[in-house]
Amino acid sequence: MSGARMVLECLKREGVDTIFGLPGGAVLPIYDVLYDFEGIRHILVRQEAAAGHAAEGYARTTGKVGVCLVTSGPAATNLVTALQDAMMDSIPIVAFTGQVPTHLIGNDAFQEADNVGITRPCTKHNFLVKDGKDIGPIIREAFHIAITGRPGPVHIDLPKDVLVKDAELIWPERVHLRSYNPTLDGHPGQVKRAAKSIVRAKRPVFYVGGGTISADASPELRELAELTQVPLTQTLMGLGAFPMAHPLSLDMLGMHGSYYGNMAVHHSDCLVAIGARFDDRVTGRVDAFAPNAEIIHIDVDPASISKNIPVAVPIVGDCKRVLAKLVEAVREELTQEVPAAVREARAQWAEQIAGWKRDFPFRYDWSDTVIKPQYVMQEISRLTDGDAFVVTGVGQHQMWAAQYYRFKEPRRWCTSGGLGTMGYGLPTAMGVQAAHPGKLVINIDGDGSFQMNSQEMATCFTEHLPVKTVIINNSGHGMVRQWQRIIYKERYCAIDLPNIPDWVKLAEAYGCVGLRVSKPSELASAIEQMIKTPAPVILDVIVDKDECVFPMVPAGGANTDMILVPPTREVRDRAAKSQTGF
Amino acid sequence: MSATNGSSEPRKHTISVLVENRFGVLSRVAGLFSARGYNIESLSVGETLDPAVSRMTLVVRGDEFVIEQVTKQLHKLIDVIKVSDLTDDSHVERELVLIRVNAEPQHRAEILRTADIFRAKVVDVTQVSFILEATGDEGKIEALIELLRPMGIQEIVRTGKVAIARGPKGKAARKVEPQKRARPVDDPRVVGFAD
Repeated sequence: MSGARMVLECLKREGVDTIFGLPGGAVLPIYDVLYDFEGIRHILVRQEAAAGHAAEGYARTTGKVGVCLVTSGPAATNLVTALQDAMMDSIPIVAFTGQVPTHLIGNDAFQEADNVGITRPCTKHNFLVKDGKDIGPIIREAFHIAITGRPGPVHIDLPKDVLVKDAELIWPERVHLRSYNPTLDGHPGQVKRAAKSIVRAKRPVFYVGGGTISADASPELRELAELTQVPLTQTLMGLGAFPMAHPLSLDMLGMHGSYYGNMAVHHSDCLVAIGARFDDRVTGRVDAFAPNAEIIHIDVDPASISKNIPVAVPIVGDCKRVLAKLVEAVREELTQEVPAAVREARAQWAEQIAGWKRDFPFRYDWSDTVIKPQYVMQEISRLTDGDAFVVTGVGQHQMWAAQYYRFKEPRRWCTSGGLGTMGYGLPTAMGVQAAHPGKLVINIDGDGSFQMNSQEMATCFTEHLPVKTVIINNSGHGMVRQWQRIIYKERYCAIDLPNIPDWVKLAEAYGCVGLRVSKPSELASAIEQMIKTPAPVILDVIVDKDECVFPMVPAGGANTDMILVPPTREVRDRAAKSQTGF
Repeated sequence: MSATNGSSEPRKHTISVLVENRFGVLSRVAGLFSARGYNIESLSVGETLDPAVSRMTLVVRGDEFVIEQVTKQLHKLIDVIKVSDLTDDSHVERELVLIRVNAEPQHRAEILRTADIFRAKVVDVTQVSFILEATGDEGKIEALIELLRPMGIQEIVRTGKVAIARGPKGKAARKVEPQKRARPVDDPRVVGFAD
């Protein structure tokens, strides 16, 4: 069997039904086999990074490994952004790149790049296949590594001669790697300690990240939260792990998180981090983060524990398994009488949090004349009943979507959290749509962010992927403008994106549907029309360009330094002094 | 509380790493250090009894916090089989050095005497120079270099340190465990090492 056929045969055996790709010289042998290969849908993207992001969207919303396939040289280097994005957000994808024939490697051949050298720091692992008989075992290992432990991207580089030559297909039934055995079950002693601390804590809070979603641990999480009645805040990557309408939900925490979420974490005496990694956008200044809390950290990646913040009770393991054990341990703990002082303190804590929620909700000033971006999010959330697949670009719109969309379920939300990749929205939404035909997929994007991958409208059209894109159009790089306004004394520089292109015409040029709305009163019907349209749609929403994302913790500030409302000159000067960069 | 609070002073650690003897593994380790801003003072690599496995001996300077991250990050690499910090365990460490030193007639006897004391070998002789070969721990090598310096050292080539735990295999070389810090970390499985 040729190496090329082996690749597709192995993918089929791994259960892959969709690959995102773009052909070129070095991978032509694979595309030649693909010509009449059955059982795998190939989606032709317009730029290679889009193939990677689409695979991410596929992976995040299905829980399966996403797969992309591109050629050598420039295709591989284009893919790098998507690989690093998947690396930072722990998304399991397997990326194939073509490579020049083995005898030409290192020869500066046409479309040659040191692919594995380039992707080494931005993948969980990578392989250069030098012999056809290794294709089967390597693909087996790649899928295993991508989805187990802390998930991540794996890259396989395929020289053209290896694809052309015949070899015997070796398909190991089981994958065993002596150097890779993620710890899945948490240490029972530590789980017990954690249970004791949680039950006896006076001001406990759960801080839930994307690892909970990767591990499909939402049912266990909900059981634990309801059993212990501990309030719960989610990270950007964790949104959807817990229903946001739940009375225990404190919404998102961090730089643009809720006041009540951040205050609860700050004042807690027992903070339980579950599948979260104490990112700087969450902690703010680390020495002021949850200063009085005993920190319990559940994570499958030991290197995440005590990396940024020292942890008192580390539990290395799969979130789902550890939470199940923790529920048991808490039940055991609860058979004993909880001291009256604790019960009293917990009641006060609940009251305190309810007070913060009541007094400092997410808020914005309503306008009858100009559409407020937050209102767009509220309306999308309302009209989809929190049930759509939501993907975003990066910027203000991303934060508003995170603040206002009321998620009910996990795996409905894709956003570029760690890397902050502008242009992530549309290609990722394509991947989500390919994985969920007939479901509503909404890409909430910014006019700046969308432009970085708008060519993928062509893919949406030709591959029948009816993604609905809502452009929060504020004629500029809004998040940069916000920073320049608050921290750089209104010295606006390189942020204006005058209304070019005309998004409605652009949609039409791609054979899609374009809609525009600029009056608050017409927004709901425009969104409804967008949802009803069976084709890919761009809904261009002209919003208030001066709107900023609040609350906000300036970079390098403590979470208690949150700015809640558009700041006064004095606050701005203070922020300018404390700024430590973007 | 800052993550670096309560950690010890930076010092040299000798870390022994067993890796799969595969293409690219050295680059993975070196890349990890450069990407995360850790400094390698020396690095040596060689095959073990099992030709599919290599051993790397790394000397890294850092406080306990940095070294804990170094060992965890090393272990996260798929090709890394085992990581041991030998620093606080009983172990033997050696380095080999080749020194080309000026050998003026009035210094030749003294150089040979010094070499003898340090059990160094003369491996090359010319009218004007010697090449000495010496092995030993860091202190011995440094001392030899200091003594030869007044004669005029032309060139030094050092292998970097190799180290091995004392005693029967598997006894002394305990696996790296997280260090005690301001917030205690005493779960022996926190590093999650595969064995």
